[in-house]
Amino acid sequence: MYGYTGTILRVDLKKGTIVKEPLNQKSASEFVGARGLGTKYFCDECDPKCDPLGPDNKLIMMTGPLTGTCATSSGRYNAICKSPLTGTIEASNSGGHFGPELKYAGYDGIIFEDVADHPVYLYIKDDVVELRDASQLWGKDVYETTDALLAACGPDFRVACIAPSGEEGCLFAAVMNDKHRAAGRGGVGAVMGVKKLKAVVVRGTGSVFVARPEGFFQAATDARDKLKAHPVTGAGLSAYGTEILVNIVNGVGGLPLNNGRDGAVFDKADNISGESLTAKYLLRNKGCFGCSIGCGRATYINEGPFKSKGEGPEYEAGWSFGAACGVDDLGAVCNANFLCNQYGMDPITMGSTIACAMELYELGAIPESDVGFPLRFGDAAAMVKCTELTAKGEGFGKILGQGSFRMATKYGHPELSMSVKKQEMPAYDGRAIQGIGLEYATSNRGGCHVRGYMISPEVLGIPMQLDPLVTEGKAATLKLFQDLTALVDATGICLFTTFGIGLPEIAAQYREAVGSNETDEEILLKGERIWNLEKMFNVAAGVEKDTLPPRLLREALPEGPAKGKVNDLYTMLNEYYAARGWTAEGIPTAEKLAALSLD
Amino acid sequence: MKQLMVKPEKCIGCRTCELMCSFGHFTQFNPRMANITVLEYEEVTLAVPVVCQQCEEASCMKVCPVKAISRDENGVVSINYNKCIVCKMCRNACPLGNMSYSTKLRKVFKCDLCGGDPKCVRYCPGKALTFEDPDELDERKRAVAAKYVEAVGKEG
Repeated sequence: MYGYTGTILRVDLKKGTIVKEPLNQKSASEFVGARGLGTKYFCDECDPKCDPLGPDNKLIMMTGPLTGTCATSSGRYNAICKSPLTGTIEASNSGGHFGPELKYAGYDGIIFEDVADHPVYLYIKDDVVELRDASQLWGKDVYETTDALLAACGPDFRVACIAPSGEEGCLFAAVMNDKHRAAGRGGVGAVMGVKKLKAVVVRGTGSVFVARPEGFFQAATDARDKLKAHPVTGAGLSAYGTEILVNIVNGVGGLPLNNGRDGAVFDKADNISGESLTAKYLLRNKGCFGCSIGCGRATYINEGPFKSKGEGPEYEAGWSFGAACGVDDLGAVCNANFLCNQYGMDPITMGSTIACAMELYELGAIPESDVGFPLRFGDAAAMVKCTELTAKGEGFGKILGQGSFRMATKYGHPELSMSVKKQEMPAYDGRAIQGIGLEYATSNRGGCHVRGYMISPEVLGIPMQLDPLVTEGKAATLKLFQDLTALVDATGICLFTTFGIGLPEIAAQYREAVGSNETDEEILLKGERIWNLEKMFNVAAGVEKDTLPPRLLREALPEGPAKGKVNDLYTMLNEYYAARGWTAEGIPTAEKLAALSLD
Repeated sequence: MKQLMVKPEKCIGCRTCELMCSFGHFTQFNPRMANITVLEYEEVTLAVPVVCQQCEEASCMKVCPVKAISRDENGVVSINYNKCIVCKMCRNACPLGNMSYSTKLRKVFKCDLCGGDPKCVRYCPGKALTFEDPDELDERKRAVAAKYVEAVGKEG
C-alpha cells in the first residue's frame, strides 16, 4: 500500500496482548485515514451507548496517508473515542512529531481496548512493541513524564502522554505529545486515564512510500509554493501566530467578553494580541513536522508575577484566558496556557469554564466559600489560580474540571454555560458572526471552531467574502467547509493549509500519494461520508439536538459593528438540514446514507 | 563552490529538510535516510540542522581504504558506489557525524548538495538553510555593521 504503512496495532490493555493486523483497505479507501478511518474503526467496534469512562470505550490513535510525507503540514494524527465531556464521537487532532514517527515505526494507527489493572505505557521501536509498567510515572505532569521516558527509552523517541488531569478524570484532559502539542478537545486524556495508559513512546526508522513519486512531489511542492505566496499562511500566521486574530475578530465585534455577558468588544484586546505577544514575549517560531507555516510560538514571560516559559498561546486560548475572563494581562494568559500544556488540559474549555464561574460568582450563585477566594471578571491572578487548582485537581478545581455545563448546572444556571452539547464554544461570538453560530450548533463534537471554520469566509474573506451579519448562503457554505475539513483531517495534513490551498491541491496530494484516479468531487465525497458517519454515531448515542446557548439566541449584542444582533440559528438550521439532505429534524435520510455507501 | 550555510536561530524545527532530502535521494520519506538532521534543544528553544560541510581536509576521504571518496569537479566530497565496500570507516572518521549508514539501504551516504541545487535549502520555510558563495560578503557582516550605525551613527 502507498501512503499507508498497512499495519494497525491492536492493544488489549486488560489481557496485555498486542496484535499487528493488516489495515482494512476498504475502510481506508472509503474513509481516508486519521479522523475518518479512526472513526470508521470506532463505529464498527464500539456501542454508541457505551460509557465513555468505562472499559468498552476504545481509544484509537490514527494517522493519515499523507502523515509523514512532504505533503503540506503533514505532522498530524487524531485521537478518536467517545467523548466523556459531550457523549459524542470525538476525533481530537494534534500536530508535532508523534504521528509521523508512528508511521516510520510501521503503523498507521493503534487501537487501545479495555483497561489495564495498573499504570502502563506502550513502547514502540519499529517491530518491537511492548506494554511496560508506568507505576513510577503515574501522577507526574507532561514535562516530567516526557523527560523520564526520553531518559529511559532514548532521546529520539516521541512521547504522547497524559498528566494527572487525565488520571483523575478531568473531563477536558488532553493527550499531549512532544510536550506542547495537544489532542486537546473532548477529554480524550480522561479516556486514556481510565485505561491506565500513561503514555505511548515511539521511535521508527522505516519509510513511508507514495504511489506516484514524481506526481506527488510536484503536487506537494506546488501546494507548498501556494502556501508560501499566501498572505495568511506565508506571512501572517508565521509572523504573529494564530493570536493575530485577536484584533481582527475584536474589530468585527465578535470577541466574547466576560463569558459573553457584556457583549463581544474588548477595549483592551490589543494587550492580549499577537502583535503584543510578538513584541513582548516571543522567543522563536516553531513548526510542527513538515510544516512551512510555523504558527507555533515558543514564549517566555520574563517578568512579573506570572514569570514562566512554554509554548503558545493560540488565539482561542488567548481569548479564553483573556477576553472571556475580562483579563488583559498577557503574562497571566500565557502562564495559564503553559499550565494547560504542562498538566494536559484543553485551554478553551478551561478558560471558558473559569469565565462561567466568574459570572456565577458575580451573580451570587457560587458562594466564595466554595472557591476559596473572590472570583471576579478581570482578576488575572484568580484566573491563573483556578487553572492551577484544576491542573492539580485541588479544591474548587475539582468542580471546574467537570467543564462549565456540569458546573453551571450544579449551581442552578445551566444556561450560563457557553457550550454546545456540553463543550465550550471558542473565541468567536455567534451573534456577530452568524455562520460560526451555525457551525457550533451543528458540529459533531459540540462547540468547536475547527469542524467548518466559517471565520475564514465571514471575517478573513477566504476564499470569498461573506457578510458576517447575514444568514443567507451560510448553510451551503458551512456544509462544504465541514465536508472539506473532514477530508483534510482524514488525510493527515493541517487544517491551516486551507487558508492557502483548496480541494484541488488537497485532492492532488492524496491521489498521487495513494495512487487513486478519483476526481476531486469523488474525493470530497469521502469528507461528506465521514461527516455523516459521525452524525449517525451521535444519533445512535442519543446526543441532544443542535442548538446554541440561550444567550446567543436572545441577548442582543450591546455595542460594536454587530450591535443589536442575536444569532438567527433556526433560519440557517433549516437550510442546513436541507443542504445536507437530512430530515427537518436533522437526521440523515436512508437515501443520503445509501448515496454515501453508509447503509 | 557555494557553501551550505546553517542559521539555527532561524530554524523552526519542522524537519522539512529531512523529508526533502530522503525523498530526493531515495524516493521515500524517512528522516533516517536524510543527509541532514535537525536536533532540538528544547531548554534553550533552539533547533540545529546538522549537515556535511564538504571539508577541505575531509577525514572520510582520507580514511577510505579503497579511495571510493573523492572531491568532484564542483568541490563536493562524493562517494563512488562502484568502489565502496561499505566498511563504514568513513562513518567512524567524520568528526561531525555527517556520514550516515542505513541498515535498510546497506550503504553509507552523505550530502551531495543535490548536484548544485540543494532541496533542503529550496524548501526550508524559515530560511535557516542558505546556499551562499563564500567569496561574496556574508550578509551577517552587514547586520553587525547596521548595529554600529544604530549605536553611533548620526545624520549629517
